[in-house]
Amino acid sequence: MPELIAKSALEGRSLTLGGVTLAEVEVGPITSVALFPGGAKLAAKGLKTLGLAMPAPNTFVEKKGMRIVWTGREQAFLIGVAPPAIEGVAVTDQTDGWTVLSLAGAASVEVLARLVPVDLRLPVCPVGTALRTQVNHMNAVILRTGDHAFEILVFRSMARTAWHELETTVSMVAARAGLKI
Amino acid sequence: MRLTCPLCGERDRREFYYYGAEDYLRRPAEGAPLAEWDNYLHLRDNPAGVTKDLWYHEAGCAQWLVVTRNTVTHEISGVELVAERKA
Repeated sequence: MPELIAKSALEGRSLTLGGVTLAEVEVGPITSVALFPGGAKLAAKGLKTLGLAMPAPNTFVEKKGMRIVWTGREQAFLIGVAPPAIEGVAVTDQTDGWTVLSLAGAASVEVLARLVPVDLRLPVCPVGTALRTQVNHMNAVILRTGDHAFEILVFRSMARTAWHELETTVSMVAARAGLKI
Repeated sequence: MRLTCPLCGERDRREFYYYGAEDYLRRPAEGAPLAEWDNYLHLRDNPAGVTKDLWYHEAGCAQWLVVTRNTVTHEISGVELVAERKA
């Protein structure tokens, strides 16, 4: 089997406008961990080998470059690490199924406010929040990674659409900030 | 309209998909009399007041929800997960 070269959907492109930086980021392996009925204990044991646990709803936990992200009832994404042997769960590799965009800068909240039907302001959406919601009409997982930083997971097949939506919105917010009224 | 998903919290209407009356959760057993199937498939109450229906959190946690709402006042008085209901 020849070595194949992994290519990301957007070739790592980035854009900075109005103090907001939008960029495609590489996060490493993404693995879905979904509990089988009654599998919670075994799963906890398996995840403990990484020093992680199933996250509470709407949260993610970051440890030593690994992340575990809540993505639904009794389901999480393990990001940035090859999955250990875990019993009690369905483990599926999702790495090539997703594109991750980072959005950082003081106005990033304003950018997402135009696209996402959830309040993402810091007091109600603190660092460590993981939300399954929409970016316009596109399903996404949104992580609050910093006071002024987000990471947005979208289906890889929708990567260019997501980029287009966000790029347009970043430029509109930047234009708005430049207006003198 | 906003629904408070037990997992995701308060979310906008656009994230949800409406399916129909909660009656769909009470599927007749195999071999049930025709009248029961008829009732299950076709006969619905149309209350002026409290009703329960099924919604799907399509753009969120992908869970089925039973929503209790009032057709007169539009008040939403309860949202629960179908997956965690006691049988």
